[in-house]
Amino acid sequence: MPTLGNTQLKLLEKLCNAMAVSGDEGEVRTIVLDEIKGVVDDVKVDALGNVLAVKKGRSAGCLRVMLSAHMDEVGFMLVAEDGDGIFRFEMVGGMDVRQLVGKPVWVGKGHLPGVIGARPIHLTTPEERKKTIPLDALRIDIGPGAKAKLGDRAVFATRFQHNGPSLVAKALDNRLGVTTLIEMLKNAPTNIELLAAFTVQEENGLRGAKVAAHAFDPDLAIAMDSTPANDLPAWGGEENVAYNTILGLGPAIYVADSSTFSDPRLVRHFLAVSEAEKIPCQLRQPGGGGTDAGAIHKGRAGIPSLSVSVPHRYSHTAASIARLDDWRHTYNLVHAALSRITPNLLAGER
Amino acid sequence: MPELLPFLKDLLSAPGLSGYENPVASIIEARWKPLVHELSRSNVGSLHGLRQGRAPAPRPSIMIATHMDAIGLMVTGVIDGFLRVTSVGGVDARVLPGQLVTVYATGGTEPKSLSAVIAQPPARLLPPGLGDGPVPMEYLLVDTGLPARKVTDLVRTGDIVSYASTPVELAGEVICGHTLDNRSSVAALTICLEELQTRQHAWDVWAVATVQEETGLTGGYTSAYQLHPSLAIVVDVTFAKGPGASDWQTSPMGKGPTLCMGPNIHPALYEGIKQVADRLEIPYGLEYAPRHTGTDAFAAQVVAEGIPSMVLGIPLRYMHTPVELVAIKDIQRAGRLMAEFIAGLAPDYMDKIVWDK
Repeated sequence: MPTLGNTQLKLLEKLCNAMAVSGDEGEVRTIVLDEIKGVVDDVKVDALGNVLAVKKGRSAGCLRVMLSAHMDEVGFMLVAEDGDGIFRFEMVGGMDVRQLVGKPVWVGKGHLPGVIGARPIHLTTPEERKKTIPLDALRIDIGPGAKAKLGDRAVFATRFQHNGPSLVAKALDNRLGVTTLIEMLKNAPTNIELLAAFTVQEENGLRGAKVAAHAFDPDLAIAMDSTPANDLPAWGGEENVAYNTILGLGPAIYVADSSTFSDPRLVRHFLAVSEAEKIPCQLRQPGGGGTDAGAIHKGRAGIPSLSVSVPHRYSHTAASIARLDDWRHTYNLVHAALSRITPNLLAGER
Repeated sequence: MPELLPFLKDLLSAPGLSGYENPVASIIEARWKPLVHELSRSNVGSLHGLRQGRAPAPRPSIMIATHMDAIGLMVTGVIDGFLRVTSVGGVDARVLPGQLVTVYATGGTEPKSLSAVIAQPPARLLPPGLGDGPVPMEYLLVDTGLPARKVTDLVRTGDIVSYASTPVELAGEVICGHTLDNRSSVAALTICLEELQTRQHAWDVWAVATVQEETGLTGGYTSAYQLHPSLAIVVDVTFAKGPGASDWQTSPMGKGPTLCMGPNIHPALYEGIKQVADRLEIPYGLEYAPRHTGTDAFAAQVVAEGIPSMVLGIPLRYMHTPVELVAIKDIQRAGRLMAEFIAGLAPDYMDKIVWDK
């Protein structure tokens, strides 16, 4: 079975360093289209900007399986200018305003360098330092005379690093999934028809996935995403019982999140394949969060869906950390599970 | 003359936290070596370079002091492979979550630089009430992404942690970096020394890169004592106008260095430098420090029997964050202004430094 090596790491690096704030996914879309050109049987860009690609199966009557991975990332939009290259901005996607202060950013198509600064500590009072700096006090500063315009998007200017067993980057959520899906198309299992949706605006309400699911009308769907690993020590030596996922334990299989109950047949199938193939995986703690599956499973008359995510720490911040091995196991597990899908999979009861 | 920008970027990329200045000191040493007649390190690690003047000995001397140390963090403990940290110098904990840092690990067989990220733990892992507002520094964690056992092997309590952001040029000849406070002043002093290569000057010039300014002006006191100059000019960064900073304490970025006045400053020295700037039409701003200038001049002024002191400021935005900004022109102007002032110092200048005319 092909697995993820240096070529795929290079592709992940390129994708992580690209900018694709929800609604402005062009840079990632271009990379995706270039990568899958000549590999797929059909590809189109739909009305919202999703890349919808088809890799046909070899057997008649094979299941039509949708795999989705969102291309977009959280970020910023310039919304007002103070002059001298200083801009007010809004957040796009779920971000913690406490994570923005003191960061370098890239602005616009040209990746113009800029910063989000803060008042010098010398000019603050102890009382002030107990309060979060609100968004309306923050600015993106790109230097006097810089050419940016209102509506331009911005992202944290973090360059991808491969650091020992770990990957450190912005937008690992969800360039991990995008790279996995590109590789899956290049090594598509032939027992299914693979319907690949590189979606837009997941971080803005799963909008791309909704129309992609409608267009594909699949028999079942797998959302490939990235999920937080809150596996840090709890204060005071207490046991951390709210870790969501743990780095190093393999791909996270969803039973339930805030928007979807995974189809139990798909959960059972993935767990069985994990055991049979000795590919590690973990069950994500049921609870909050969500993926494209939230929109997909309600598509048309209902689509049996599952989410599989690569765990990563510090989601939606300037620098997330994932483990290379977790990503490899994710690819291997999804590939193995797809390869073992037969039309019988959905014949049984939920 | 070698270019300024690559040197400045080297300075900005080097560690050199207060008390641990060696990495940056050696970069400065290499650049200053051909520019001075003598070069040495003080008892506490400050760098002293001497350019001899042409007046007959004993000559008066002027010290230009720029601190080379930087703020940062220090490891206080290791827990489950994560590091806890405290600050070295003034660090607002609100700028820390999500920062890329470098841990200078000394626990292994040889010192090692580890890339890491500062983590703000989720609310559920913090004591009640701490989840919403800024998370105090003692609750933050530093994550190297390495397995826990490896971290325990490599990192020791007391290891230093610096910001890892690399210098970047913004539009409008503005540079961004995390140690522009005060490496931009070191660069200005270097420009001054380079200018003096082609100028005659009567006075001895002590070019000094001090240590531990951020933690207690240690270099400011000790270098002023050891060198005992007739006059002292301290170059340090000052608050530039910009987002979050607009009151009377701020000066525009890119409109020249500031000349500071107040109880820390000898008024005749202030006037002397101002006259040079006016004569040569070097743009400058005026800065008022009604009490403590917050610089090495606070130390130098009261060393031994007292040293007439002056502070030049380089306006800097977002001080003590990893994204400090400075206009490169302001660095060049500060360097040139000092060189012009020094070249104009007559052997009897000290007679003119009088309080009441």
